[in-house]
Amino acid sequence: MFIPNTEAERNEMLQKIGLSKIEDLFSDVPKEFRYPDLNLPEAVSEMEALQNLKDLAIANDSTDDLICFLGAGAYNHYIPASVDAIITRGEFLTAYTPYQPEVSQGTLQAIFEYQSLVASITGMDVSNASHYDGATAAAEACVLAYHHFRGKRNKFVLSRYLHPHYRETIKTYFQGYEKIQITGDSAVDGLQTNEDLLKFVDNDTAIVYVQYPDFLGRIHDFKAFAEQVHAVGAILAVSVNPLALGLIKPPSEFDADIVTGEGQPLGIPLSYGGPYLGLFATKNQFIRKLSGRLVGETVDNKGNKGYVLTLTAREQHIRREKATSNICTNQGLIALTSTVYMSLLGKQGLKQVAKLNYDKAHYAADQISKLKGFEVVDNGAFFNEFVVRTPKPVSELNSLLLDYDILGGYDLSNDYPELENHMLLAVTEMNTKDDIDYLVEILQEVTND
Amino acid sequence: MTEPTIFEISSPGRAGVKFQASDVPEFDVPKEFLRDELPMPEVSEIDVIRHFTRLSQLNYSIDTGYYPLGSCTMKFNPRINEVTARLAGFAKVHPLQPVETVQGSLALMYDLQNWLGEISGFPGVTLQPAAGAHGEYVGVMIIRAYHKDRKDAKRTKMLIPDSAHGTNPASSAMSGFDVIPVATDKNGNVDLDSLRAVCDENTAGLMLTNPNTLGLFEQDVVEVINIVHESGGLVYGDGANLNALLGVVRPGDLGIDIMHFNLHKTFSTPHGGGGPGSGPVGVAAHLVDFLPCPTVGILEEGSDDYPPLYGFVEPAKSIGRMKAFFGHFGMMVRAYTYISMYGKEGLKKIAEGSVLNANYLMTLLKDTYKVAYDRLCMHEFVLEGHWSDAPGIHALDIAKRLMDYNFHPPTNYFPLIVPEALMIEPTETESKQTLDLFADAMLKIAEEAKTQPDLLKSAPHITPIGRLDEVKAAKDLVLCCWIPEKNS
Repeated sequence: MFIPNTEAERNEMLQKIGLSKIEDLFSDVPKEFRYPDLNLPEAVSEMEALQNLKDLAIANDSTDDLICFLGAGAYNHYIPASVDAIITRGEFLTAYTPYQPEVSQGTLQAIFEYQSLVASITGMDVSNASHYDGATAAAEACVLAYHHFRGKRNKFVLSRYLHPHYRETIKTYFQGYEKIQITGDSAVDGLQTNEDLLKFVDNDTAIVYVQYPDFLGRIHDFKAFAEQVHAVGAILAVSVNPLALGLIKPPSEFDADIVTGEGQPLGIPLSYGGPYLGLFATKNQFIRKLSGRLVGETVDNKGNKGYVLTLTAREQHIRREKATSNICTNQGLIALTSTVYMSLLGKQGLKQVAKLNYDKAHYAADQISKLKGFEVVDNGAFFNEFVVRTPKPVSELNSLLLDYDILGGYDLSNDYPELENHMLLAVTEMNTKDDIDYLVEILQEVTND
Repeated sequence: MTEPTIFEISSPGRAGVKFQASDVPEFDVPKEFLRDELPMPEVSEIDVIRHFTRLSQLNYSIDTGYYPLGSCTMKFNPRINEVTARLAGFAKVHPLQPVETVQGSLALMYDLQNWLGEISGFPGVTLQPAAGAHGEYVGVMIIRAYHKDRKDAKRTKMLIPDSAHGTNPASSAMSGFDVIPVATDKNGNVDLDSLRAVCDENTAGLMLTNPNTLGLFEQDVVEVINIVHESGGLVYGDGANLNALLGVVRPGDLGIDIMHFNLHKTFSTPHGGGGPGSGPVGVAAHLVDFLPCPTVGILEEGSDDYPPLYGFVEPAKSIGRMKAFFGHFGMMVRAYTYISMYGKEGLKKIAEGSVLNANYLMTLLKDTYKVAYDRLCMHEFVLEGHWSDAPGIHALDIAKRLMDYNFHPPTNYFPLIVPEALMIEPTETESKQTLDLFADAMLKIAEEAKTQPDLLKSAPHITPIGRLDEVKAAKDLVLCCWIPEKNS
């Protein structure tokens, strides 16, 4: 199977080492603990393993089985066939981290192009080689801000509509920092406005975090907001859905300092929550404080253009306990996935798919708002997600929808007690007009009592 | 050999993918939000396929050759893993679906938690951490939370052997601990006197890599753990080198309190040119309540007729959430597939094969290269890449010259405590023939170092590109392609 040496070869090797049996290799391991009996299943063949895994997979209902209107940070999008054709190439799939640039130019140039594409789509000056996901990228932005102010500013202000998982992750990361106060995201009556959030921002604020479009799908104009944040010298960080930026203005236009986000909409399968892709882009002034890998252009000893990992002196290999982050890996293959996706779609495809999302979501909102007992909340600008007030509890409604093979929207009362009976619906290019009309019809049917 | 960037091959009006026309009415985007410039490339599908295929051909990879990379466990990545992870029932499932609709995913995660626990001797496992360093951060935060919960606030010291990987001190410092180095003794073990001298009532814990980064099993491991436990500290085990122990000894049985796994090393998920990793964490019974939330549990017991209902549970004193959703599920499917194919009797063959390969290779090389610590090694060993009769030759030159023999260089200049270190890990998936060829190349290079040192100094000669100017890269930072619309 995966171990090539035969028994004859093993014996030959043992002899060369000067040992008589395999167990002698483990003489340093305390004898009483050697060779424990493991309570695991017996080994299976590849054919049996595949069947076992198919049995498990089939116990799930996938988006092939259900019409999906669920988003809330992970989205059902079309992935062109060429994406998988590239990322399953063994030369990318089974390569190591490109520490030896002479034999890693493929990975290095792909990351360089990824950095360029992310900088372009976000409108920022630079991007790193990626973080784990949207949540950890947000936590790393807070780490950056903390170190930028050398611990002299102790307040992080988070919008209530920054993804709940991202807010939780930031709070977990900083539980060892007793002076740090994480605030801004507590419950309000109704919906929090930008003005509400600004009340938390003061001279002790290191970073202000907003989401664009926000967790409720809404697009805000943060221009005046950004000016106020900058007036007290704080960093403005924005978590984005990168696909929306094919259509709407990038955060650079309202002077964001750091842009992070979940890269999953860029050609990455839902895969029950991961692996995804943490986008991380900033203004030039933060380059030396970026955590994670960076690829830079240079030349070889004959003057040919080439690429290397650069500014490595920031990293933990060299700085050890003085490093500001322990980040070691990036999302290599997933960053490549998004690079191929963004290249394939390009300028026109990204605009087109973003507009399809926009139009279909708006059509769905229009149709649902006509239903008795339903109301589209805060009907301002939104991208591909919107909030609907429902006549029944969302969990109850979703169970009813499942009977019709519809995966309903996210139950906002999970995270927002003030949004009882509020559903967050996502509509993408994967949903046809027929799907949307069917959803509307079934919503009417199951609430018609 | 230079491939232009994707922006350089762009031609206005091209597209690599065609979407269907909209079947719903058009809605206007308010002008104040509408983006005007989108400086992205415009290329056709064949442009994309050729560009990235050519780039891939500039890479070395496991599929094209042997990586002797110490501490990286570059074993074969079975293709069945790629098939199972892509089954529609796994790849096309949304993380926030009702649990009733994702029982297959949850059952897999529940089993994998238990399997990893069984393999390592830990009753509690979280699959959430995204990579080894992320798992380490979980580990040190659990150590902090444990002491805090016991109202033992004075424990601020994290002890770390000087041979440890750089992420250990970085994770500790990030979590607010003071990092205290512990020396290595003449046999390559943690120096017990040095450990006793720094271990006291302020010790939060020790971060121990076993086998350590010298590839050596800590001969006094039980004593080391006892010393730390007697002072009231916890022992964190860095699981980077678990490959050497699979089925042979369980870290939990030795007394280690907490450990991360690297699914991308030990359990064969692909490295992907630097990620995604996956870094589950196992803990002893007294730490189960502190695991990140959520973990997978059984909500309703099953019966003969019904399977159990799996769902999410929150450990009572959880340190909280470490990332969005539940971890790198796609990597879990691959690891699950791999473990199921080895089974209860097979896993020890991995450890045996990797330790046998390492000792065999060390035997072939140790008369020519100085072995840092001359004793039986585990899955890897460390050589010194310098000779008194080859002045000016460094480990780096040997590493670069290996590329001319079609081998990837070993890890070099790590661990930091060995001069001119070359750290070599064969893994169990390399054959004797491959190891013999590698040893031949190493011996020839040792000869060349003395007779034709320039060959090493100017190496590599056959790669797509020569030695790169890293100083220039850091000085004249260029981190983005030149993009006409953006840069004009």
